[in-house]
Amino acid sequence: MADALPKTPMLDELEKGGWPSFVTEIKLAAEKNPMGKDLLGLLERSYKEKIGHWKHGGIVGVMGYGGGVIGRYNDLPEEYPNISHFHTMRINQPAGWFYTSEALRGICDIWEKRGSGLTNMHGSTGDIILLGTSTDQLEPTFQDLAKIDFDIGGSGSDVRTPSCCCGMARCEWACYDTMAACYDFTMTYQDELHRPAFPYKFKFKFSGCPNDCVASIARSDMSIIGTWRDEIQIDKDAVKEYADSGMDIDSDVVGNCPGKCMAWDGKELKINDKFCVHCMHCINAMPKALRPGKDRGATILIGSKAPIVEGALLSSVLIPFIKMEPPYQEIKDLVDKMWDLWCEEGKNRERIGEFIQRIGLGNFLDEIEVDPIPEMVAHPRENPYVFYEDYYEDEDEDDEEGDDE
Amino acid sequence: MADERRTDYGPPHYEKFLPPIIKENYGKWKYHELLKPGVMVHVSESGAKLFTVRAGSPRLMSVDKIRMYADLADKYCGGYLRFTSRHNVEFLLTEQSNIDPLIDDLKKIGHPVGGIANSISAIVHTQGWIHCHSAATDASGVVKAVMDDLYEYFTETKLPGKLRIALACCLNMCGAVHCSDIAILGIHRRPPKVDHENLYKMCEIPNVSASCPTAAIRPATVDGKASVEVDEDRCMFCANCFTVCPAMPLADPLNDGVSIWVGGKVSNARHEPMFSKLAIPFLPNNPPRWPEVTSAIRKLVELWASNARKYERMGEWIERIGWPKFFQMSGIEFQKEHIDDFKHAGLTFKRSTHLTF
Repeated sequence: MADALPKTPMLDELEKGGWPSFVTEIKLAAEKNPMGKDLLGLLERSYKEKIGHWKHGGIVGVMGYGGGVIGRYNDLPEEYPNISHFHTMRINQPAGWFYTSEALRGICDIWEKRGSGLTNMHGSTGDIILLGTSTDQLEPTFQDLAKIDFDIGGSGSDVRTPSCCCGMARCEWACYDTMAACYDFTMTYQDELHRPAFPYKFKFKFSGCPNDCVASIARSDMSIIGTWRDEIQIDKDAVKEYADSGMDIDSDVVGNCPGKCMAWDGKELKINDKFCVHCMHCINAMPKALRPGKDRGATILIGSKAPIVEGALLSSVLIPFIKMEPPYQEIKDLVDKMWDLWCEEGKNRERIGEFIQRIGLGNFLDEIEVDPIPEMVAHPRENPYVFYEDYYEDEDEDDEEGDDE
Repeated sequence: MADERRTDYGPPHYEKFLPPIIKENYGKWKYHELLKPGVMVHVSESGAKLFTVRAGSPRLMSVDKIRMYADLADKYCGGYLRFTSRHNVEFLLTEQSNIDPLIDDLKKIGHPVGGIANSISAIVHTQGWIHCHSAATDASGVVKAVMDDLYEYFTETKLPGKLRIALACCLNMCGAVHCSDIAILGIHRRPPKVDHENLYKMCEIPNVSASCPTAAIRPATVDGKASVEVDEDRCMFCANCFTVCPAMPLADPLNDGVSIWVGGKVSNARHEPMFSKLAIPFLPNNPPRWPEVTSAIRKLVELWASNARKYERMGEWIERIGWPKFFQMSGIEFQKEHIDDFKHAGLTFKRSTHLTF
C-alpha cells in the first residue's frame, strides 16, 4: 500500500485553473512511484524557500555514449532519498514528433518500470525527456529502449538531437522534405551526436519554409530553412474568392508585403517576383490562392544561439539557395570544413556563431572556401578599419610598371 | 558468448508512425483552413482531407497521461498522433465526425483545444525548480499560472495575430526565449558567493576565470587556498562561471526573480526575425502563482491586442508606434536597466530625430 502523498499546500494551488496542471501529473506518477512523492515534497520546499535544490550533474551515462544523460542530484538527499539521484535521459524523438499509440505505450511501460514515470513531451531541443531515474537504472533503460528502437539523444559539447517541422507530412508550404533531411543528418552524425568532441554544442534545425515553426533561425547553429526561387503560384479564381468573401487584399496582403512587390487593382493580383523577399506573409494570408513556387530548396544560415556566453545571435546567411536532395553531400562537405576549423580554433564553450564573430565572417569564409556574396550581410561595413592582408613594396610597383612596358 | 551491444542506431524511422492518409498524400498537400479554434483541415491535391485537433499540455506529463492520449488516438484516429514544437499534442483524424467527440473527451481529461492561428499557443519553457541546478525561478509553475490567466486566448482566436510566449528560468535560456513576443526570463541579481573551501577541489581555476564574459573573475589565494575573486562591479549575473564551476553559486531567494521581454519573433513573415527587448527589468518570485507576473503579462497582451493592426506581431506593433509610446501606453517606468551597456550597445541608441510627441 502506497504511503500518503506529502502535504503540498502551495503546489495544490497550481491544480486550480483551466490549464492542465503539471502538479496533477506529478501526483499521478507519485501514486505508483516514491520518486514522485519526494519530488512533490522537494518542489513544495523550493516554493516555500524560493530556491532550487538541484546540484550540478556528475558524469553519468550509458556504456559507449558520452552524452544524452543529464546527471542530477538533490542537495537534501537524506530528506528526499528517493530522488537523491534523479537523472534525465534524452531520447531522440522521431522526426516531426509523429507517434503511434503503440510506440508511446512502449516508452511509457519502460519508464514506469525504470524511472519516475515523468516525462517532458518534449524538451526544448526536441528530445523525448525521461525525467528522473537512479544511476543503476540508466543502462537497463537504454537496453529496454533499444528493443523498441529508440536511441539516446545529445547533450554536452556534441551534435544535439536535430529537429524539424512536420514538413511535407502535413504542410503545403514545405519547400523540401524536412523529415527526410532531419533523419538523414541524424543518422549521418550518430558518432558526433553520441560522443561529445566539439568546443561546445552544435544544433541542426530543419524548417520547411520561412515561417520557421521550429525556430531554426534563433535556436540552431545550422538553420536549414525551405524557400523557392521562382514565381509564387497564383490561383486567380481563389484570389477572387478571397476578395468576394470580404478580404481587404490591398491592406491585408499588399500593404504588408515587405518587398513592396505586389499590386491589387480590385481584379487581379500582380507579383513582381524579382523583388519578393520570400517572407510568406501573402501565402499565409491566402493559403488557398497563393503557394510557394515550384523551384524549391533551402536557405542555409549559420550561428544562432541564446545569450551565454557572448550574447544571443540569430543565424546569418551562408548559402542563399540550395536544392535539398539526398544525400545532401554539398551541405555535409561544408559542415565537415566548418567543424574542422571550429574544433581546431574554437575556444572552450564557444559556439560556432561566436567563433565567427571573433575571427570575422570574411576569414571564416576564406577557411571554409566559400566566396563572400552580398546576401550574407544586412549591409556592407560602415567603418573603414579593413584588415588588408597584403600590401605592395616599392620594388613590387617597379616590377609591375616594368611588366606593363 | 559476448553480447552484441547495439549502439548508434538512431531514432526510429518516422515512416513507421505516419498514418496512411499522410503516406498517401506526402508532399501533396494543397491548402489548409482553420475550421474552428484548435481544429484545422489540410486538403490534398487528391481531395483527401486530414483533420488536426490540437490540445494544450503541461509539457511535464506522467506516463498515465500519455497513455490516455494513446487511448484517445486509438479511439478516434487509428492510433496516430504527434506533438508540436510548443508541446501541444495533435490528433490526426480522417473522420470529421470524430472531431467533436474527441474534443469532449479531451475536455474530460482537462486538456483544452486551441493554440492555432490568432491565439496564444502553449508556452515553450524549461525545467525550473523541478530539475535544474541553475534556475532563478520555477518554470512549470509560472507557466501554469500565466496560461490559467490567458486561457481564453488559447481556446479562442480573437487576437490581431499570433502571440508566442516563452519562459527560461535562467540566462542559459534552454527555452531560447530571446525571440518571443513575450519572454519570461529568470534572473539572478547577486554576484556568485565563492565557496573558497571547495573551489580548488571542484573546479579548474583558469576555466573559471576564462568563463566570465566581462573578465570579472581573477585567480586569488584565499586563506592559503587557491581560489578566485570576483570584481562585483563587473558582474552582470550571467552565471556562466557557475555553469563551469559549482563553487560559484548565484541562486539567492532575496534577489532572484523574473524579467519580462517583448517584441521578438522567429518567423520571417512580414518583418525579419527580431530579438525580444527588455520591458520589465524585475518582478519578484512570488510562488505559487506569481501574481505580479501574470498581471504584467495580461496587461501587455491586452495592450497589444487592442492597439495592433491585423497580423501585426508585438514587435511589429511596437516598431510602428515607437518605444516611447510603448512605455507611455503600458505605464512601465523606463529605467537605467533598459539601456543596453554590453557589446555594440550604441547600435540600440536612438540615432535620429524620428520622435513622436
